Amino acid sequence: MDTTQILFWFLSGLALVSALMVLLSKNPIHSILWLILVFFAISGHYVLLNAQFLAIVNLIVYAGAIMVLFLFVVMLMNLSKEKEDQKNVWMKLSGIIAGGCFLISTCNVIFNAQSTSKELVGKVALLKEGNIGLIGPLGKALFSDYVVPFEISSVLFLSAMVGAVVIGKKD
Amino acid sequence: MPIQYYIYLALALFSIGVIGVLVRKNAIIVFMCIELMLNAVNLLLVAFSKMHHGVAFAADKTSTAGIDGQLFVFFIMVVAAAEVSVGLAIIVMLYRNTHSVDVNFLNRLKN
Amino acid sequence: MSKLVYLIPLFPLIGFLINGLGRKSLSKSAIGVIGSGAILASFVTSLVLFFEVKNHGAIPVQQLFTFIDVQTLKIAFAFQVDQLSSLFLLIITGIGFLIHLYSTAYMHEEEPQHFGRYFAYLNLFVFSMLLLVLGANYVIMFIGWEGVGLCSYLLIGYWFKNDNYNYAAKKAFVMNRIGDLGFLLAVFWLIVRLGTVNYADVFAAANHLSSFDITAITILLFVGAMGKSAQIPLYTWLPDAMAGPTPVSALIHAATMVTAGIYMIARSNVLYSMSHVTMNLVAIIGLVTALFAATIAIKQNDIKKVLAYSTVSQLGYMFLGLGVGAYTGSVFHVMTHAFFKALLFLGAGSVIHAMHHEQDIRNMGGLKKKLPITHITFLIGCIAISGIPPFSGFFSKDEILAAAYAHSPIYWGVGVATAGLTAFYMFRLYATTFLGTFRGTHDQEHHLHESPSAMTIPLIVLAALSVLGGLIGVPEILGGHHELHHFLSPVLTTEQHHEIEHGTEFMLMGISVALAAIAIAVAILRYSKKPEMADATGFGKVLANKWYVDELYDAIVVKPLNAMAVFFKNIIEKSGIDGVVNGVGKFVSYGSRQMRLLQSGQVNAYVLMMVLAMVVMLLIWLQEGFIVKTFVKLFN
Repeated sequence: MDTTQILFWFLSGLALVSALMVLLSKNPIHSILWLILVFFAISGHYVLLNAQFLAIVNLIVYAGAIMVLFLFVVMLMNLSKEKEDQKNVWMKLSGIIAGGCFLISTCNVIFNAQSTSKELVGKVALLKEGNIGLIGPLGKALFSDYVVPFEISSVLFLSAMVGAVVIGKKD
Repeated sequence: MPIQYYIYLALALFSIGVIGVLVRKNAIIVFMCIELMLNAVNLLLVAFSKMHHGVAFAADKTSTAGIDGQLFVFFIMVVAAAEVSVGLAIIVMLYRNTHSVDVNFLNRLKN
Repeated sequence: MSKLVYLIPLFPLIGFLINGLGRKSLSKSAIGVIGSGAILASFVTSLVLFFEVKNHGAIPVQQLFTFIDVQTLKIAFAFQVDQLSSLFLLIITGIGFLIHLYSTAYMHEEEPQHFGRYFAYLNLFVFSMLLLVLGANYVIMFIGWEGVGLCSYLLIGYWFKNDNYNYAAKKAFVMNRIGDLGFLLAVFWLIVRLGTVNYADVFAAANHLSSFDITAITILLFVGAMGKSAQIPLYTWLPDAMAGPTPVSALIHAATMVTAGIYMIARSNVLYSMSHVTMNLVAIIGLVTALFAATIAIKQNDIKKVLAYSTVSQLGYMFLGLGVGAYTGSVFHVMTHAFFKALLFLGAGSVIHAMHHEQDIRNMGGLKKKLPITHITFLIGCIAISGIPPFSGFFSKDEILAAAYAHSPIYWGVGVATAGLTAFYMFRLYATTFLGTFRGTHDQEHHLHESPSAMTIPLIVLAALSVLGGLIGVPEILGGHHELHHFLSPVLTTEQHHEIEHGTEFMLMGISVALAAIAIAVAILRYSKKPEMADATGFGKVLANKWYVDELYDAIVVKPLNAMAVFFKNIIEKSGIDGVVNGVGKFVSYGSRQMRLLQSGQVNAYVLMMVLAMVVMLLIWLQEGFIVKTFVKLFN
């Protein structure tokens, strides 16, 4: 087992455990913190895959901006003090079972196919090498092939801002 | 790493997100689980992009095959950010009107 | 010439349609003319055909179209005019016309549209009766059979606003139907055994039937006759049928419909003569009915009820005649009975009309001064029915009694006793109504007047026929040639000719005439001065209450049937069938209520459903082959 593999398993385990803790925490603030940890783990995966730009962007945007926004809202509403009422046990159980079924059925697909499908046999995600994740090639592609979506996304942000302000007004 | 591992990892994270949406009743936590789902998908996309790149890289060291996946992830993040802002504004409005963020309170669509 | 056959039922049918459809727009005189004119036209045509048959023999069967055509069974809508049917045609159309004429005056108080309805029904009745006698096979006869039953119902309940009349009409119809079931079963039996219902074919092939078949078929046919011709046990509808207008009683319940049973048995004489069991049954039932009805009649106080029971009794005589093989005698009695019974009913109608719808004879009396024509004609009718020579009733009744004697003296004895009773109650009726002093109210006395000529002319014609009608059947021992016998012999082939000594026959005649004369004298002496006003007591009460037969039927048949109907309604209909039907509706609405709960408005629930659907779709999509294989294995 070389270091990449150890890192991969460690980061995967971290991500899964943190995700579970997001689910299981009673305090919303704890959930947010665990989610931030998940993002860190995923960014670690990105770095492992040499997608450096995305790793940084993930950290900055997701963990930095979005989670902080969540934190603000939670603190604004003082939710840490609230007790969550007991939800209908059946709904919880059926939710877990439904999700579990989903997981099992999809994993089953891959499991059945991984040794027979030509799409999956012998395919390896290239770790550490390859420079498409570097900011240079990525930027080149973004501003040449994908410039239209790029511009439109700015419009999207504008509308989101306006929408957020309008919705949040006190009237 | 064989691609199956990434697929399994992403599926696991995704289904944890699904269970979170179904089980939790705090609207904010639900929202967060949606973000978790999105991230699982992002991870998988990046893994696939590297998979394709790996195939092309073996042939030609200067090819940029598979860059689309990573750009797509970029745009997903863009959209997620916008969505979060608007969604949280709505939740704040909800809290202002009902002083609770319980999802079960939102049953005006009933009957 | 033979095509004229179609015209005979066609005229009444057209009359029915015109009067029925146009009853709201035609005037009363127009309706009367159309209705009576249709029957008159039929009568003239019948007369022409009668002479044709008399001179040249039976007309060949005229087929209109094939009525039923199923595999090997072909039943034609065909008419057969032979001696028997031409005679009946004359009776039906002739007396029918007279009664139509009478009705134009009797029913003149009705409004035009009800007047039109009346004549339409009468025409429809004549049409059905003509179909019955003209039919060349049992099915056409059955169509007519049903038709006259229907018209009887319609006409008895003519004044439909009175509930009691409606019950009487319903009773008549239901009892008829019970008889019709027997008739239908006989027809089915014939079809199964012989594959045909044509008279000619059936009678030709009759010896291929086993004796059990013959007996069963004839008994079943006789059940039909029991219902239609009011024999025991299906006779109680006839007295109740007097609820209808008097001309209706005259036409339907005296002259024509009730004789349908006689016609049917006379037509089927080939079959009946082959079964001694049935013949005995017919004779005994006829005899018992005759005696039974006569006993009831001597205590009735409604003028029409007396005549109704008299009809039942006389019909019993006719069946007695059929049962001992005197088919000609029975047909002869049908003819003479039609004359004098119609006469008696129309006369009664004239009395009722003069008394302003009073029917209780205890309130009458001394009418002979005020209603001279009615009085004379009624007297003639009474003498005829009592069997006094040379009036027609004597010849026909005597022929039956002679044939009964040849069969068994006991039959004759009972028959003669009934004849005595007949004379007694008829003259009781006559004396109470026409002799003595008037017992009604002052008002009625003032309004007493003779009826208009439209009513008296038919009375006079019928009286003449009652006197002279017997002359076509004068037996040989009295010097006649019995033309009727010769005329009908091609059809009534199995007539049993009785051989009685001339001396014995004279003695029989003498005894019956003497008995009748004594009964008449007793009746007149007893009832002309002081009729019995009080209600009957003791045995008389039993007779006045008709031997409580109606009550018996009520307890045995009507009440259990009603109870069963209530049971079916409450338990099977309400709980069972309604329960199932409503249950389906309730189930659907329950299901939809439960389904509605799915729309809880809870986002969680919706997401859950989304996830579940995704899982299911995944499973189906990915495991398609496996699922298909499992289903194939399951269903093969």
